[in-house]
Amino acid sequence: MSKGLPETRTDAAMSELVPEPRPKPAVPMKPVSINSNLLGYIGIDTIIEQMRKKTMKTGFDFNIMVVGQSGLGKSTLVNTLFKSQVSRKASSWNREEKIPKTVEIKAIGHVIEEGGVKMKLTVIDTPGFGDQINNENCWEPIEKYINEQYEKFLKEEVNIARKKRIPDTRVHCCLYFISPTGHSLRPLDLEFMKHLSKVVNIVPVIAKADTMTLEEKSEFKQRVRKELEVNGIEFYPQKEFDEDLEDKTENDKIRQESMPFAVVGSDKEYQVNGKRVLGRKTPWGIIEVENLNHCEFALLRDFVIRTHLQDLKEVTHNIHYETYRAKRLNDNGGLPPGEGLLGTVLPPVPATPCPTAE
Amino acid sequence: MGKGIQDKEYVGFAALPNQLHRKSVKKGFDFTLMVAGESGLGKSTLVNSLFLTNLYADRQLPEASARLTQTLTIERRGVEIEEGGIKVKLTLVDTPGFGDSVDCSDCWLPVVRFIEEQFEQYLRDESGLNRKNIQDSRVHCCLYFISPFGRGLRPLDVAFLRAVHEKVNIIPVIGKADALMPKETQALKQKIRDQLKEEEINIYQFPDCDSDEDEDFKRQDAEMKESIPFAVVGSCEVVRDGGTRPVRGRHYSWGTVEVENPHHCDFLNLRRMLVQTHLQDLKEVTHDLLYEGYRARCLQSLARPGARDRASRSKLSRQSATEIPLPMLPLADTEKLIREKDEELRRMQEMLEKMQAQMQQSQAPGEQSDAL
Repeated sequence: MSKGLPETRTDAAMSELVPEPRPKPAVPMKPVSINSNLLGYIGIDTIIEQMRKKTMKTGFDFNIMVVGQSGLGKSTLVNTLFKSQVSRKASSWNREEKIPKTVEIKAIGHVIEEGGVKMKLTVIDTPGFGDQINNENCWEPIEKYINEQYEKFLKEEVNIARKKRIPDTRVHCCLYFISPTGHSLRPLDLEFMKHLSKVVNIVPVIAKADTMTLEEKSEFKQRVRKELEVNGIEFYPQKEFDEDLEDKTENDKIRQESMPFAVVGSDKEYQVNGKRVLGRKTPWGIIEVENLNHCEFALLRDFVIRTHLQDLKEVTHNIHYETYRAKRLNDNGGLPPGEGLLGTVLPPVPATPCPTAE
Repeated sequence: MGKGIQDKEYVGFAALPNQLHRKSVKKGFDFTLMVAGESGLGKSTLVNSLFLTNLYADRQLPEASARLTQTLTIERRGVEIEEGGIKVKLTLVDTPGFGDSVDCSDCWLPVVRFIEEQFEQYLRDESGLNRKNIQDSRVHCCLYFISPFGRGLRPLDVAFLRAVHEKVNIIPVIGKADALMPKETQALKQKIRDQLKEEEINIYQFPDCDSDEDEDFKRQDAEMKESIPFAVVGSCEVVRDGGTRPVRGRHYSWGTVEVENPHHCDFLNLRRMLVQTHLQDLKEVTHDLLYEGYRARCLQSLARPGARDRASRSKLSRQSATEIPLPMLPLADTEKLIREKDEELRRMQEMLEKMQAQMQQSQAPGEQSDAL
């Protein structure tokens, strides 16, 4: 996103005849002065600035779900990602909570602000996943929740009197926590990702990665990537949704080298070389969370928040949601879903199948 | 022994321990150790570290998709270790597949069955005629690995421990303990101890040291007991710590974990207690307590009225009359298994007879009978 922000927005002047080569601006540039404007400069590049201002006013929603066995550091990681206590977590280690018998879905919302931009962040936790002796179908409550959010959105969308901004509770990103066994994926990991990779953006992460040496990490990652490929599981960023070559090269590098990110989370600070850093202190050294030589937390953060946040939302809306919508409309024979939805009686519509979205 | 009696009041049986020692050195020493726990907790590495072996060189780790349908198997590996003239025949029992599947219900039953089969074998041998060379294949100790990533014992851990705690000496161990900071390790150990108490699981109790031991030893002993479950890190690689002496450990970008450093993990404690001081005691408890308990249960059920019928219907009764009729394991599922095997055997015999008849018919001129 843009860094250097022009303070003022000047309107273009069309009357000057001084030709000056003007490179295509990647960020909105402050026009040097009205006198040096090129003939033909319209000023549509300032649309980015206008959008930015609007976003700042309205803020935006982001919903992130965390899935994984208990104790893999999900809550800590999310708190570290967003530098606030956004995930419920007891401050002491001796949590008296019992493992729930079935998977529960707990969504907690927070509004966080940075640089004038407001984000309504919702963290969706899934306690109980993978903790029982028999974990058959333990992903079903999760799939159900995700589809329910699509349904909610769909219902709002088909309303006659629609809200100006439909509240978006759809899950934009699902962080799946892989246990750092060093061997390979567990059968449960495969099953979960097989079922849900077509429904939501899954970003797999290797949890508590401070238990693997560099060689073990890279071997493990290779094995995981290969297993996912062999089983036809596409994690985010999915190959088929790369929009252009630039995207593709950037995403290829991430897909084939960095992911799944091997992360370490922490909410404690320690003094290292005169600086206070987030980390974990052991008798043999201090693991710094934001040090790329120690773990890939910074890569994950940059990926999810600084570069691909908007794309996560777009893929959710344009692809996953549309798939759901098409299926629902098809099932209903082209009619919008739900009875009594519109509060009025519609004239009977011939049951022609609705053209399906791609 | 063999020394002349130099003092009228010296009888000489103080030399008995030496005699025992010499005999057992000659005989050698066998020990069966089971390691159990989810895969990926460092079990194999720890075993290799403990005994300085390379027992798993030929191991093939299956992929996740293969493990979707894998059932638990019991694998045995034997190795002979010699140190200071003493030979130890160590048998390692591994349980690959434990805790791996999506549905792990009853996945501990094969392990329970295995342990009891060893007891049954011993009981049979003990009751047999040739008792000179009884092979003791009973499991003397089970190292159970608990994940450092959880919040204590998981439901599967509790279920497994409950199923085996009266049948084998359990030493609980926290694997890959370098994932934890010191405070976390303490908290986890306390949580596990509380849970073990709550679930009434009996782990192996290290015996109290004698009251006449010196204070230092007593303190050391108390410290060791307090560090249960042992938080261990295993490694068979030698690394240089900060460029000085070579140590066994794991090298990270932020430091090196030394396996044999008591401030880093409890590996030394575990090795001392398991190998150096309590190997014999583990065998004795297995024999005097656990095996006797099994034997008593067995024989008691034999003495009950219904038991005699069961015993006679079993395949054991088909053995020669000179052997003493042996008690069946009073377990419903083992009986069912034996009955099923009987059925199978009978069906196979029938099939065999049919095939033989068919062959005979086809040799004789005439039409062939229909295939089976």
